[in-house]
Amino acid sequence: MRDVSFGQYYPSFSAVHKLNPAIKILLSIAYIVAVFLVQPFYFLGFLACFTYIVLVTAVAKLPFFRVIKSIRAILFFVVLSAVIQVFVNKTGSPLWEGGFIYTGGLISAAYIVLRISMIVLGASLLTLTTSPVELADGIEFLLYPLKLIKFPVHEFALIMSIALRFIPTLLDETDRIIKAQKARGADFESKNLFKRAKAMIPVLIPLLISSFRRADELADAMDSRCYSGSKNRTKYKKLTFGWGDLIAALFTAGLIVGVVFLNGVYGVTV
Amino acid sequence: MPILKAENVSFSYDKKINAVENFSFSVEKGEYVAVLGRNGSGKSTLAKLFNALLIPDKGKITVGEFSSDDKKSLFEIRKRVGVVFQNPDNQLIASIVEDDIAFGPENVGVPRKEIGERIEFALKAVGMEEFRRSSPERLSGGQKQRIAIAGVLALTPEILILDESTAMLDPAGRKEVLKVVEKLNEEQGVTVIAITHYMEEALFADRVIVLDGGKLAKEGRPEEIFSDRENAVKLGLELPFAARIADELIKRGVKIKSGILTKEELAEELCGSK
Repeated sequence: MRDVSFGQYYPSFSAVHKLNPAIKILLSIAYIVAVFLVQPFYFLGFLACFTYIVLVTAVAKLPFFRVIKSIRAILFFVVLSAVIQVFVNKTGSPLWEGGFIYTGGLISAAYIVLRISMIVLGASLLTLTTSPVELADGIEFLLYPLKLIKFPVHEFALIMSIALRFIPTLLDETDRIIKAQKARGADFESKNLFKRAKAMIPVLIPLLISSFRRADELADAMDSRCYSGSKNRTKYKKLTFGWGDLIAALFTAGLIVGVVFLNGVYGVTV
Repeated sequence: MPILKAENVSFSYDKKINAVENFSFSVEKGEYVAVLGRNGSGKSTLAKLFNALLIPDKGKITVGEFSSDDKKSLFEIRKRVGVVFQNPDNQLIASIVEDDIAFGPENVGVPRKEIGERIEFALKAVGMEEFRRSSPERLSGGQKQRIAIAGVLALTPEILILDESTAMLDPAGRKEVLKVVEKLNEEQGVTVIAITHYMEEALFADRVIVLDGGKLAKEGRPEEIFSDRENAVKLGLELPFAARIADELIKRGVKIKSGILTKEELAEELCGSK
């Protein structure tokens, strides 16, 4: 369990990796907006989105199959929505005389599949090129305006980063407890799902208790290093904005304009 | 003037049994003091009292001109007294080494540029410069503990308390950490209070104090503490390995001098005597 890499971060020194994480989050949102802007059946818009994905993947020096693979996680969902469209949507003309599948159903199924896939591709580009720590930094930065309504941004960010820090530690610990319980005859390989779930209880309870102990010690360590909340605190790492961020923003803006433009160019009619 | 002073300090967690009782003690600047005692003798409580994580029920602890019963001086004390705890995993708070070291200085509002300098200084002091951008997860126990020391050093403390900081490390890791601490003590003049289970670690202290049942049971130079062997064992101390070997050899009629404590002494004595 030691090798479980958290998330799907793909480390590299590309220009995309170096972008400001806050900008990357914002641009991912902009990209998703672009996907939603594609009017029903104006498929050229998706082509523009796909080109965007391919270009970013190339600049980020990611293996293309890693990006495509991310669709697998939601494959079931994609297929399900396509099937529902095919059978339920009765617009257009039947595919054959008296048939139950209509052209409208097929086209809107394709539309939905493309829409979901494009969104997932964009989101996975973000997580592939941004480490969890950077993501947390980006989110903290974006949450800053909430300080005005007294939202504890610093505390929230600290909780996020401590959680990230302890994921590998707790995975290690889980592994150790599982081994200890196995040595005492616990059965984690039973075919019976109910039995297997029950076998997890003697793992989860020690894990829970030990994480409370850890939390206690961590609190002492933080206290002894003068932690007192966000008051009078300085910040060592500041997110910086560079030319790359501007170029990425312009590029994404170009995508949105392109999609809007293509919405009027060529659409499939039912 | 002592840098840290405890006067008749008592502390109890449950208001029934005193974890520390009527304890008086003082440390001079630059000293290396080892604190020994069996489990439950109040050693770790002492560390937390010195660091103002716990406030004495009775008595007074002063660090420089600051007293821990004054709420306003808590942070002044914590800045001056850094503690490295036992479990390295439970005291590193960030996923990147430099962020973790920055945590202390950030808390006390050190300006950004100076934090960078302090990180550099702290990493150099523990010999971990090349790990600045690494993740602590990838480091060994000894390295993690050195990072923890660096995190404390970044607050530029005058006193470094090691609360069984080597207890969870393998012998190699223990050596690494002790070497760093000795160097800090000798070269930077950092005062060290080392709470430990390992008698070997007490040998190079300037002074050893032994706790028993929350009370100060014995105080003196390492040789003095271990020379009264029976009493030492009674206080729950296990003599250093070399000392035990030497004792057994004497019992079996080998003619070497009594009072040997370190491996080196033993080797010299054995090779010199025929």
